Amino acid sequence: MNIIGLYNYWIVVVLMMIGFYIVIAHENLIKKLVGLTIFQTSVFFLYISLGKVSGATAPILSEKWQLYSNPLPHVLILTAIVVGIATTALGLALVVRIQEAYGSIEEHEIQEQDAQDQLECQLEAYGFKKKHVLSIQNLEE
Amino acid sequence: MRDLFAVVMLGGIYSLLSASLFLDLDAVDVAFTEASVGAGISTLLLLASLKLVSRYERRTRYKPALALGVIVVTGALLIYGTLDMPHFGSADAPAHQHVAPRYLEDSMEEVGVPNVVTSVLASYRGYDTLGETLVIFTAGIGVLSLLLVSQVTKDESIKKVPADMQQQIILRVVAKMMLPLILLFALYVQFHGDYGPGGGFQAGVIFAAGVILYTMLFGLSNAQRVFKREILELLTAFGVLIYAGVGVVCMLLGGNFLDYNVLRHDPVHGQHLGILLVELGVGITVAAVMITIFFKFTWRTVKHKYIKE
Repeated sequence: MNIIGLYNYWIVVVLMMIGFYIVIAHENLIKKLVGLTIFQTSVFFLYISLGKVSGATAPILSEKWQLYSNPLPHVLILTAIVVGIATTALGLALVVRIQEAYGSIEEHEIQEQDAQDQLECQLEAYGFKKKHVLSIQNLEE
Repeated sequence: MRDLFAVVMLGGIYSLLSASLFLDLDAVDVAFTEASVGAGISTLLLLASLKLVSRYERRTRYKPALALGVIVVTGALLIYGTLDMPHFGSADAPAHQHVAPRYLEDSMEEVGVPNVVTSVLASYRGYDTLGETLVIFTAGIGVLSLLLVSQVTKDESIKKVPADMQQQIILRVVAKMMLPLILLFALYVQFHGDYGPGGGFQAGVIFAAGVILYTMLFGLSNAQRVFKREILELLTAFGVLIYAGVGVVCMLLGGNFLDYNVLRHDPVHGQHLGILLVELGVGITVAAVMITIFFKFTWRTVKHKYIKE
């Protein structure tokens, strides 16, 4: 069996893994969203390349052509692209709000602040005053 | 690469390249959408949010070796999984056997629209597209509620929102000449989608891109004199209403939901009318949502400036 004919899937897999790597290895939230977009595009490529028929033309019916590519993946991906940008915009809006609340969009800084807040809340619940909490923090350091 | 500006620019180039690849793969409608959405709107939105967050990434990363290991293993498994897939471009792949032949052979008689993508999108899979339009509508509402701008900020700063590129005379003159053409082209794409590549999704995005271009060059307050916030928010819902309304009218006339055959005496005419209305609804919603999202991001920037002052 000739495996070279499968090259479209391999391009998709490589792109998908690049996107996946960006999402899991980078801390910056904007970069994560860009990685997610690349991941998304790789899925678009998968669908569109599945719909391609060699020697065919775009599925706009005309007398001159007999063979057309499969229109169904085109429809699915067409809507997916526009939905994708709408959800990316939602993600960006969240990133902007996170920046305003935490002053940073690096994941570990956000988590540190969360941990700090949690610690202070717990200590306060045990009856320590704000002032004492701060001094305990200093002692720990 | 730590400069996020460069990342966003490269992302735009990547989108444009993938659009030409889609064109090569016979997916003209998809290429159209990717070029206007990916290279246009998405780059702009990323830039708009870069203005609100810091431009540079810190160097810290999670353990890259571990992440690399995960993706190598996953990628190898996925490639192993592709080994028994049908070859690229083969005409007897299972994907081409199920409903696609029917769309290609019968859609001319049943729907009478040469662009099969349009007839599948708006007629055969009308439910699906209604759902997608609702998702866009919901995402628009989500952005609206996340990036609310208080009335006070608005009133006090509405007079002093100069555009960032106000000084660029060449750009302003060129944009003024291009703008009517862009908006006209959007309308052409909207109403010619039955015969060539195009339709509500693409037209909505192109229209929004035209408005965004105007906003960047002539200032937000000028743009909002034409596209008032209340009207835009109404239009967002109005598009979905048109779409679902067509479905309900079909039911009232005795057909199924979104069964356009009953709209006119002749089923093919009914289909034409139905597709036209439905695509109009999609176009209105998409354009209104995109413009609203961009305006919200720009308002946020204005608010930040205002607070600093």
